[in-house]
Amino acid sequence: MATAPAEAAWLNEEGWVSLDELAALSGLTDSALRELVDYGVLQPVDAADAQWKFSARWVVVARTACRLRNDFELDLNALALTLSFLDRIRDLEAQLRSVHAQLPRRYSRGRS
Amino acid sequence: MKYKDYYEILGVPSDAGEDTIKKAYRKLAHKYHPDVSKDPAGEEKFKEIAEAYATLKDADKRAAYDRLGSHSPGQDFQPPPDWGTKFGDQDLRFEDIDLADLLAGLAGGRQRGGAKGGTISMPGEDYEVTAHIALEDAYTGTLVDLNLSVPDYDGNGRLHRVARAFKARIPKGATHGQRLRLRGKGGKGFHGGRDGDLYLNIELLPHPLFRPSGHDLYLDLPLAPWEAALGATLAVPTLAGTVHLKVPAGTLAGSKLRLAGRGLPTPHGKAGDLFAIAQIVVPPALSEAERELFQKLAAGSTFDPRSHFNAEVKHGDCAGGSCMAERGGVGIAR
Repeated sequence: MATAPAEAAWLNEEGWVSLDELAALSGLTDSALRELVDYGVLQPVDAADAQWKFSARWVVVARTACRLRNDFELDLNALALTLSFLDRIRDLEAQLRSVHAQLPRRYSRGRS
Repeated sequence: MKYKDYYEILGVPSDAGEDTIKKAYRKLAHKYHPDVSKDPAGEEKFKEIAEAYATLKDADKRAAYDRLGSHSPGQDFQPPPDWGTKFGDQDLRFEDIDLADLLAGLAGGRQRGGAKGGTISMPGEDYEVTAHIALEDAYTGTLVDLNLSVPDYDGNGRLHRVARAFKARIPKGATHGQRLRLRGKGGKGFHGGRDGDLYLNIELLPHPLFRPSGHDLYLDLPLAPWEAALGATLAVPTLAGTVHLKVPAGTLAGSKLRLAGRGLPTPHGKAGDLFAIAQIVVPPALSEAERELFQKLAAGSTFDPRSHFNAEVKHGDCAGGSCMAERGGVGIAR
C-alpha cells in the first residue's frame, strides 16, 4: 500500500512546540518534562515565560528520554545524567565528523 | 507461527527468577540499546531482547508463553489445543501471526480494551526510520521510498504485522543527523486518538568528492607545485556545477579556500560554504623534461622549507648519522 507523499517538518531550531505538545510527542508527562528542565537537559526558549515554548529539536531529546526511561527503567535523576552524557557524545561525534571532513584524503603516487 | 526461545535470547534458564531475568535484560540492553550502542546490528538485537523481556517479566504473559511448550527457535508450531480458550480468543488463527504480537495482544486485550471494541481513545504508534540519501539529493530535496514492517490491527482487533510503503518528501536543507517529523504518517489512532507520526533520521551517503560537516562541504583540491607557487584559476566542481576558483600565488598545502554559499542549503533559505583544501601533489612519474626542470629549480633556489627546525630544536645535536625513511613507514596514521 503506497500513500501520497507526506510533507515533512524539520526538528530543528526554527520550529517550536509547547510543553503539552512536547509531552504528547515524547510520551513523558508534564511533571517529568518540568523535572528534566530543572536538571538542565531540556531548555525552554524562555524559562521565565509562563507558557513554555521549546525549540522543535528538543522533541528528539524528549523522545530519546522516554525510550531510555522505559527501556532501562531509569529514575529521572539517572535519566538526566544519561542524557547529558549522550549530549556530550553527540557533540564530540559532530566535532570528530567535522575534523574528518577537513582531513585531506591521502593522495598516493599514481593518484594525482 | 514461528517459535522464539525467549529464555535463550536473554541467556537465562527457563526456571530463572524475576531478578535474574531483569539483570540479564539490563546487561544486554546496555550492550545493544540503539541509543547507547555503536553496534550496527544493535537495534535488531535490542528488539529481540526487549520482546523477550516484555513477555518474561510479566507473570501472566510468561505463564501463557510457557504453556506454548518448548520448540526449536524458528520452528513452526501450533499452541496446545486449549491454549486459545485459556489465554486468548477461542478462534485465534496462528498461521500468520507473530509470537510477540500474539503475546502483546493478550496485554492489549486486558489493558487497552480498545483494540477489541472498547472505547478508550489511544494515539497511533510512532514509527522511526533512517533514510540514507545522496548528497546531491540533500542539495535539491528528494522523494524517498521507505518500507516498514508495522503492527496493525485487523477487523477483529488482532495484531498483525503488515508491510507499508511510504513516499516521503525530504525538502532541501537536509544534512547528516537531522530529523524530520511527518505528522500523522505513523500508525492509525484508536477511537478518535490521533494518528502516530513518522520520524525520519537523515543519513548522508558518502560522496566521492565532497565531505559534509553540518551544511559545509569540504573538497580536496590537488595542486601541482607550480600551481601552488604561481597561483592559478581552476575549474572546481560544486553541487550546482563547475565554478572557477582563483588560487592565490604561494598557496600552502592545507589552506582552505572558501567558496561562500556553495555548501548544502539550510532549511531556511541560507546555505553552508564549500571549502577547497589545497593539497600539493607531484607527478606520479617525472618525464625527462620535468626532471630536468625540477633539478634546475633545486639548484637555483635558496628556499629552505625547514629553516625553523634549527630554531625550534634546542638539543638537536644528537647522534648524527643519516637514516632513510621507508615509504609509508613515517607519517600520521589514519
